Amino acid sequence: MRFISPEAYAKSVVASVQEYSLLCGRAIANIFSKPRYIADTFTQMDSIGVGSLPIVVLTGFFTGCVLALQAATTLQQFGAVNMTGRLVALSMVKELGPVLTGLMVSGRNASGMASELGSMKVSEQIDAMRALGTDPIRKLVTPRLVATVFMLFFLTIISDACGTLGGGLVSVFLLRLNGGTYFHTAYMTLIAGDVIGGLVKPIFSGFIIATIGCYYGLKTTGGTRGVGQSTTQAVVASSVLIILVDFLVTQLMIGIFGR
Amino acid sequence: MADTLASSPVSDALAPGKPIVEFQDVSIGFDGNQVLDRVSFTVLHGETRILLGPAGGGKSVLMKLANGLLEPDSGVIRIFGRDLKDMSKREIFEMRAHIGMVFQESALFDSLNVENNVAYRLEEEHVDPVQIHNRVVEALQFVELEKAIDKFPSELSGGMRRRVSIARAIISRPDLILYDSPTGGLDPITSNTIIELVVKQRDVYHTTCLLITHRLQDAFTLATHRYNLDHHRMEPIPNNGIAAETMFLILNEGKVVFDGTTLQLTHTQDPWLRRYIE
Ligand SMILES: Nc1ncnc2c1ncn2[C@@H]1O[C@H](COP(=O)(O)OP(=O)(O)OP(=O)(O)O)[C@@H](O)[C@H]1O
Ligand SMILES: [Mg+2]
Repeated sequence: MRFISPEAYAKSVVASVQEYSLLCGRAIANIFSKPRYIADTFTQMDSIGVGSLPIVVLTGFFTGCVLALQAATTLQQFGAVNMTGRLVALSMVKELGPVLTGLMVSGRNASGMASELGSMKVSEQIDAMRALGTDPIRKLVTPRLVATVFMLFFLTIISDACGTLGGGLVSVFLLRLNGGTYFHTAYMTLIAGDVIGGLVKPIFSGFIIATIGCYYGLKTTGGTRGVGQSTTQAVVASSVLIILVDFLVTQLMIGIFGR
Repeated sequence: MADTLASSPVSDALAPGKPIVEFQDVSIGFDGNQVLDRVSFTVLHGETRILLGPAGGGKSVLMKLANGLLEPDSGVIRIFGRDLKDMSKREIFEMRAHIGMVFQESALFDSLNVENNVAYRLEEEHVDPVQIHNRVVEALQFVELEKAIDKFPSELSGGMRRRVSIARAIISRPDLILYDSPTGGLDPITSNTIIELVVKQRDVYHTTCLLITHRLQDAFTLATHRYNLDHHRMEPIPNNGIAAETMFLILNEGKVVFDGTTLQLTHTQDPWLRRYIE
């Protein structure tokens, strides 16, 4: 273990942030100019969106189930069991759906991107791509960015729906509540602000997952071991950032919609 | 290719006697360790420049500098007569379309099969698919690997990968080819096949090239052989002749220790060089 001075450390952090910002800037700028890699974008959409569907459906569904169980036991003490639907829907749509989907997809795809791009980097395939006249940011990063943002948006909607459904099934079959009431209160309680807030979050999360995954992948050095490290760092960084940005967006939404 | 060439500034630089690669006092280091120290040399149009030197001497770094994959700490690099520092990112990518590069470890895309690896650049240029296929087959025939067209890189031997990498580099008929140790770690027979390909490329297409090798024997084979188009094989140049376009550059500890012709190298008096070539 080598110790580095705080000054050198601070410098390296600033340099990384700068590099990361440059990567994000270029990845976005590439969307607006040719050549565009449409086929690569669809391949990524398939692997990120369709590939993450089972894990997102399952986590969403069971989170809804657990929420209903927990909510019902607490609400019972106040004689407000009928509010279960309301609580599940609000929690899923505003918070748990977006965050859990973001974390799940981050675990699955930020790591995937970091390890795929990292292996390409250490085996000189990225250099080979540049030598063949292709900009790796255009060919590798931009399609992943577009695909993740686009798909995470819809995955979050699916997760919200599965959660609400799961909560409904638990309410009806385990808690013996009225299904009609559950879905009615769930539906009535949501206002535009909740839905908008819940759907702005995945846009940020998708951006974080793709850019962090690619950033750590592209800056990999040091062989297979380096690939392992990049993968871990990508998942850690993107998960923390997703939760941090979730907090900021929630604050902003409370500022705008008042709840 | 011909029409893109005609409309680009690169074509102006392609004339006999014009410099294709020019290094002037180029230095580069990593983490305080100086790898190249004020290296200067010129490769003229049509020349085959053989780059020799001990392992770790900075040969691969020099080649990456020539393709703009690395940036020097100081000094000027001109490719096709243009200073790399004055070129935008986009111009550098366009310039690379005129350069073929064979990496030391082949660097094939392992998610693509041989056909798509070789076709990569043509697909980037949106060439007609039928034409792409024909040219891929032609390039694979050049390296005698047409049977492996559907295989993936992981299913190939090291020598086959090297040859696919050569096919990928030559398919767009580049104006400059950079070969990084194309025979490294291969048996003498496969090495010879690869050297024959290089000689063929030199004598049939007269492409300017820069070639790194560890095997002096390969270097001298290159200098003393020519490609016979009638018999489709390499043969020694009669009367102990030497291919005039083949030149040598030797690096040691980041410095140029020799820059000249085959004859100058074989008649050198420098004790370090004598030891190195014997
Ligand atoms: N990306 C890099 N980061 C840090 N150091 C590097 C990097 N690339 C090369 N080096 C260092 O530069 C020196 C020269 O490396 P280079 O690969 O050019 O050697 P070489 O002459 O090609 O050797 P070989 O004949 O074994 O291929 C080595 O000491 C290597 O450690
Ligand atoms: Mg090397």
